Order: sequence, then C-alpha cells, then structure tokens
Amino acid sequence: METFTYYPGCTLRTKAKTLDVYARASAKALGIGLEEPADWQCCGGAYTTAKDEIATKLSAVRTLNAAKTAGRPLITVCSACHNVIKQTNYDISHDDEMASKVNSYLGLDEPYCGEATVYHYLEMLRDVIGFDELAKKVVNPLTGKKIAAYYGCLLLRPSKALAMDDPENPTIIEDFIRALGGTPVIYAQRNECCGGYIALEDKAQAQKRSNSVMKSAEDQGAEMVITACPLCMYNLRKNGGSALPVYYFTEILAEALGVKGDDNE
Amino acid sequence: MQRIGVFVCHCGTNIAATVDVKAVAEALGREPGVIVSQDYQYMCSESGQNLVKNAIKEHKLTGVVVCSCSPRMHENTFRNAAASAGLNPYLVEIANIREQCSWIHKDIASATEKAIILGKAAVAKVHLNAPLTAGESPVVKRALVIGGGIAGIQTALDIAEAGFDVDIVEKKPTIGGKMAQIDKTFPTLDCAACILTPKMVEASQNEHITIHSYSEVADVKGFVGNFTVTIKKKARFVDETKCTGCGLCTEKCPMKKVPNEFNMGFDNRSAIYIPFAQAVPKVATIDPNNCMMMKTGKCGVCSKVCSAGAIDYKQEDRLIEQQYGAIVVATGFEPIKLDKYDEFAYNQCPDVVTSLELERLMNAAGPNGGTLLRPSDKTHPHKIVFVQCVGSRCDDSKGKPYCSKICCMYTAKHAMLIREKYPDTEVYVFYIDVRTPGKNFDEFYRRAVEQYNVHYIKGMVGKVTPRSDGKIDVQASDLLANEQLHIDADMVVLAAAIEPDKTARPLATMLTTQMDTNDFFTEAHPKLRPVESATAGIFLSGACQGPKDIPETVAQASAAAAKAIVLLVKNSITCNPCVAHSDELMCNGCSSCEKVCPYGAITYIDKEFKMPDRTIAVRRVASVNPAVCQGCGACTVACPSGAMDLNGFSNSQIIAEVDAICK
Repeated sequence: METFTYYPGCTLRTKAKTLDVYARASAKALGIGLEEPADWQCCGGAYTTAKDEIATKLSAVRTLNAAKTAGRPLITVCSACHNVIKQTNYDISHDDEMASKVNSYLGLDEPYCGEATVYHYLEMLRDVIGFDELAKKVVNPLTGKKIAAYYGCLLLRPSKALAMDDPENPTIIEDFIRALGGTPVIYAQRNECCGGYIALEDKAQAQKRSNSVMKSAEDQGAEMVITACPLCMYNLRKNGGSALPVYYFTEILAEALGVKGDDNE
Repeated sequence: MQRIGVFVCHCGTNIAATVDVKAVAEALGREPGVIVSQDYQYMCSESGQNLVKNAIKEHKLTGVVVCSCSPRMHENTFRNAAASAGLNPYLVEIANIREQCSWIHKDIASATEKAIILGKAAVAKVHLNAPLTAGESPVVKRALVIGGGIAGIQTALDIAEAGFDVDIVEKKPTIGGKMAQIDKTFPTLDCAACILTPKMVEASQNEHITIHSYSEVADVKGFVGNFTVTIKKKARFVDETKCTGCGLCTEKCPMKKVPNEFNMGFDNRSAIYIPFAQAVPKVATIDPNNCMMMKTGKCGVCSKVCSAGAIDYKQEDRLIEQQYGAIVVATGFEPIKLDKYDEFAYNQCPDVVTSLELERLMNAAGPNGGTLLRPSDKTHPHKIVFVQCVGSRCDDSKGKPYCSKICCMYTAKHAMLIREKYPDTEVYVFYIDVRTPGKNFDEFYRRAVEQYNVHYIKGMVGKVTPRSDGKIDVQASDLLANEQLHIDADMVVLAAAIEPDKTARPLATMLTTQMDTNDFFTEAHPKLRPVESATAGIFLSGACQGPKDIPETVAQASAAAAKAIVLLVKNSITCNPCVAHSDELMCNGCSSCEKVCPYGAITYIDKEFKMPDRTIAVRRVASVNPAVCQGCGACTVACPSGAMDLNGFSNSQIIAEVDAICK
C-alpha cells in the first residue's frame, strides 16, 4: 500500500466534510494510505500575488516541509488549498530571494527549497493509480449519467506553476468521469470563475458568474455538476440559480467504488 | 620575409565609436612582418578599396589583414580588391572587430584592447597563408522547385521562360496550393481561381516544366550547380499517362464518405478522387486508407468503369533521381491547429470556424455553392464575430510570437464580402491593432468600416460559449469604451496564425539550410539577400521564408527565379578552394574522417607507397573529392593522426591565431 502525506485543509473539517470523508473512504478502497501531518495549519487561504508578501505563505511552507520530512508526496483535495500550496512550492523553488526570506522566518532544521512533490487528489488518481486501473476497481459504474466537470479557476491556473492540465482545454476530470463509467458533458464555462469570494461583497456578481456556469452545463444536457472546490460548491449551489445538483468529485468516486455507505468517520 | 599590410576600418561610427581605431592601427603596425598599417572611415567604399590596392602595389605586399566587419559581409569584397591588385585573394584575412567587438562592448579601452588582439591573431594567421587557386565545377542547367503553390508556380514559370528546364515537386495530388482554396483576393476582390488556374495550366503546358505531383523530395546530395535529388513519386494507383481526368471513377466509387480536404472537411469525396475541377494534373488519385479494394480486396469498381485502363492497384512508390543546378524552396504555410485555444470553443462548436474554412464556405465551388450557411444547421447567419490574432503575437508558448501579416486584410475582405452579399448580417471584428501596410490596403480596410459598416472593436474575445439554442455567446472587452460585451452570434470566425508547412524542417536538414526558431527558412541577408538561403544554390520563394500575402509572394517568387537564372546561365562556377586534403604519408586509413563527413566527400583508395626499405607497400588512404567538400573542417578534428588538414584554415594557422590571442 502506497502512503501519502494528506492535507485536508480547514474547510474540509467544517463546511466541506463530505469532500474529505469520501476522499479518505475512496483512498482506502483503492489501497492508498493517507497520513495527516500532526499539526497542520490553514494553507494560507488565498494566494497573494504580491511578490513581497511572505507571511501568508509561511503556513503553506510548513505543510510542504512536513511532507518533505515524512519523505512522501503531499496530496491535497480542495482546489484552493492545492492552488496555494502548489504555487508556493513553485515560487520557492524558482525564486531564491523568496526562499531565503521564508527560511529566515521559519528557522527550520534544514532550509526548505521546494523539495516536496504536490499532487492534487485527481492527479494522484491519474498519475499514480492510472484511470485505467481506477476503472477496473469500479463496482457501481455511473453508466448513462451525464456529468459536467467544473474546474473553476483555481485548479488549473496559473498553468505553469500548477502543471496539471491544459487550462483552456482540460481533460483530467472528463477522463475521471469516463473511468467511473459516466458520460462527461463538455461545456464552455467549465473553466470559468464561479465568483469566488466576491460572494461576500457583491452577491449579484457571484450570482451572475455562477449562473452562467450552471446554465452552460444545463444547456449542454448535464444531469449533475462535480467540483473539487468548497467555495465553488457554495457559489454554484447558493448562487447558481439552477436545480442541477452539485457534488464533490470524491462523492461520485466513493459511490462508483461502492464505499459511499462507509462514511461513518 | 612577409610584407603584410593592415587596414583598420571605422565603419562610420559602428566601430570607431567604441574602438580607438588609430590605436589599433598603430599597435598592429608594430607586429612582425607588418610594413604598413592604416585606418580609414569606410574601407569597403571605392576609395577604401583603392587604399588597399595601392598599398599592395606600392609596398609589394604578400599578405593583407582588414580589421572590419564580419567576413560574411565583406571578405569577398576585399579578396576581389586584392586579386585586382595582383595579390592572391586567399592571402587576405579579416579580423572581425565589429560584430565580435565594437557592437557588443561599451568600454572603449577594453574594446580597443580586444580589437588589437583580434588583429594580432589575423596577422599571425596571414603569415602562414598560402596562395590558393579556386577550381571550377560545371552547372547543371536544370532547376528544382519544391512546392507547387502560387510561389512555386511563379518561380517555375519565370525560370522556364528563361529557357531552362524546371521540375516542380508537389506533395499533394494537384498544384495550386492554398491560393486554390481562396475565394477572392484583397485589395481588389478579384477571383482567386480566375488568376491562379490559368497559371496552373500554363505550368502544365510549358515544354520546360515537368510537374511531379503527389511527390516528395526524399534525398538531396551534392552542392551548388550540381545537386543530385531523389524524388519519391508516391503511388496514386492511377497511371498518370493514361488517365484522362474524365471523373467517371470518382462518380462510381461506392466509398463516398471521406472528408474532403480541399473543402476543409465540410463535405465528402470518394476514395478515388480529383481534388477539384481545375486540378493540375487532372488525374485521379486513390486514397489507399479509404479504398475498399485496397483494404479488403473487394470492389474494383473504378477499374471496371475506367475506359482508359488507368487504374493500377499494384502501383508502388517510385524513386527517381535527377541532377539540378539550383533548388528553390516554396513549401508555403499552414494555419496553426487551434487545440490550445478552447476558449474560442473551436472543438466544441461547428459554427466556430477558421478563416480558411470560411473561404470554402463562401466559395462558389465550395460545399454550399457560394451561399454562406452555418455548418451546424445550414441556416443563414445574421450575426458573425471575427476574432483576429488567434495565436499570432502571443507571448506564451501556446502561439506564435510573430504577426501573421495576412489576417487583418483577409478579415477585412471577409467582412466586406459578407456585408455586400448579405446586408442583413451584422459583422463584428475584434482586433489588437489593424495592420494594413501595403498598396491600397488601408483604403480597403477603411471601406469595410466606413462604407460597409463593419463593427471594428478594439479588444479581444475572452470566451466563446455555444448554447443549445444554436446561438453562440461571445464575451469580449471593448478597450476603447472600457466595457464588457456579450454578443449573441450565429457564427464565429477565427483568424488562426500561420506557420511554415510541416515538411519544411526535414527539408531544411536535407538541404543543409538554416531555419529560425519558428521554422521559417532564414535568408542569407535580411535586407540585401532576401531570396537566397545561406547555402549556395538554394533559393527561397514565398511564405516558407516568412508570412506573406499573394502580391509579396509572387514578387519574391520572381526574385528567387531571377537569382536561380543568374546561376543557371553560367557554364561553370568557381569552387571554394578552402577544402580538406589528406597527407597520405600520415593517413592510416582508419575511416574516422569518412564517418563524420556530412557531404560524403571522402572515399578510400588503395595506393602503392615506396617504403624506406625500398619495398612497395599497398596502403589504404583517405581521398577528398574537392568538388564535394564544403570545407567544414569536421574531418580535421576527427583525424587521430593529424593527416587531414583544411586549406586556408590549417591546424598550424589556427594554432598560430590562438597563440597570438594568448600571448
């Protein structure tokens, strides 16, 4: 059994429990061990684009360093956590000045310079297990289900740092849906922003954004939308103005693997 | 004792602003063997050359060093000047103190010091220069044109008119290229077919022109004046000499569901096909991937209906070899693939098309007989959005960094043609800049805006969202009004960037010509030698050298033809005497040099040698064919015994240069 360092993030302990629970249940079914670092903290929330803003990136580095110390790749699930951690890892390994500032703040036993490998849970499925192998483990195939993959903005961009998939024409979640036996629905708004945090300040704007996503998916005949992001989930459900159900990708994964009932944690 | 003259050029301020030329002349004047050292403002000018010539005569010089620009620029100029003054031209050396010194340095003191060192190295080398005599090699009076688009056709016609035989090699079953697919041409809106097809016919009927259609260049050997080219004539499974082009086979062929490349896949063709009605040569070709007979051995309908008996299912690829004096590359361009631009929904929506696809949709000979209909539901579009610069002027790895040059004009053309024919259709054009340099070009664009009311909006399209009601939501920004727009379009047309044809890179390797990072062929000089490649005898015609519209392509095609004719009229050309030679006494026949020679110039011969004990021994030694050797020097480096040496760049000369630099 391969074991990874697993970073759930704060939201997965509160609002997005299902994302976490099904991720763990599915990993177990797939023979993957997930080990949480003992004292993980918030990822830093949102990645700040200010070059000299170091403080908010420190907690991400602590997580990365925990993975490095454990000698295991780091797995993330939440799109926002993944974005912050992966971007921080990219920057610290490409920007010597940032690396030196971060390390003087943290005073780690050994300086951290981007040694850890970060996988999003979906990348783990694709690159470690392989979608072909995943398909073999499916017990309840989602045959005939028309599923719209919603990437949002954080999962793929900036593409140079995140290096997960083509940001304009991604295929990873569609391939995931196919592996589970479902039918992916391609719709234009799948990689557009849901409105994100603007929901707090300008609800109308978030409604407009989320609604255009949901309408586009509905329009192309989707029966459900799946996402990896708790904030997208919130906006699509609350502000999307659509009856289309929205699920976390881990939930349909657990369902296909036949472990959806095992969520007793 | 050598009598060497040194001539230091100011090149206006190009050199003199960074290098103290007087100090260089003075310092080099003190070098051993140097008896005259002068500086002058423009050494390449007539009076500068006279300075060199007079010094050669007056001081009876045995060697000349010119400290100036790169030898690629003016080595020949000064060699010719020396020759006219009676000095062997190969006793002239150039010290490059411009590109390799003044242009790249800022500090006068250190640039001057470096210029002196470069000059000293050249003086040290010229001490060891030997007079060389250039041989001559004959010129084969036949030209090869690679690519049968408008560029290749024009070049071939011009060369043929000068009385030389010329072969066109075209990979597709017909000549005509991209222009054959185009409906109308800017800025006059005359019909492309009406000006192209007569030229295609002219090419096929000209007694000096041979067209190898459905053929590729498989191998190129030799050198300027004497290339040996292997042409692969791909099996078309139809005997070209028998086929009359009647087209009966294409009508009777039961396999009719093959996407028609000529119409950009908007309709289907049969497995045996003639690309379009005006194809040259007008002969059928069987597409073996779709032919039932070729795939399953069951059918044979075309063979049965062909009264000429031209069908030959057993035909194989054929290689033919031909000698040429000159080769013209005219491989043209392709629009880029749009897979990485899914924000424009090109792969999701059939009503999002490229501009070349629109050409076919609007063409009288196209899939809809010239009526513009949406590909999805064959309805008339009432609102069309054009997006310019799709993949052009991109600063990321997705697209091309350059401007594709033709898109602004053809987009204006499309917009105008649509507004002219369908006044009820609204047309929007999103642009970064509208670039219209060219005769009558800006007037043309302004007519689209002012007379035809095309909505030109400065800004880019961010997202194209196809909807289930058939409309396409186009989200864009208007940078001048600073607002976001949503347009419910019926069609979206993408002006895809253009890139060199995929065959260009392997061809460049065969021809040993240079390409830039975008795979466009590099011209010998960007201003002064735009249609020649840096490899002698290889000329460039059309868009293979850079994006070009039709008028520019034709102009360059004729220019390339003129350059090729200049070569072909000569009975012989002067060879480069700076070639390798082997010291047979030192050569041990190990074959190291043969393995590294990129030109196949080295062979081995068994030769009799008188040994010190008066016996005769037969030894295998290397022999260089001076007509084939290009003087690259690879063999001199590979030779373990030091037997190989290069005239004009001998090992001892290079060591002398290095010594002078390190002194």
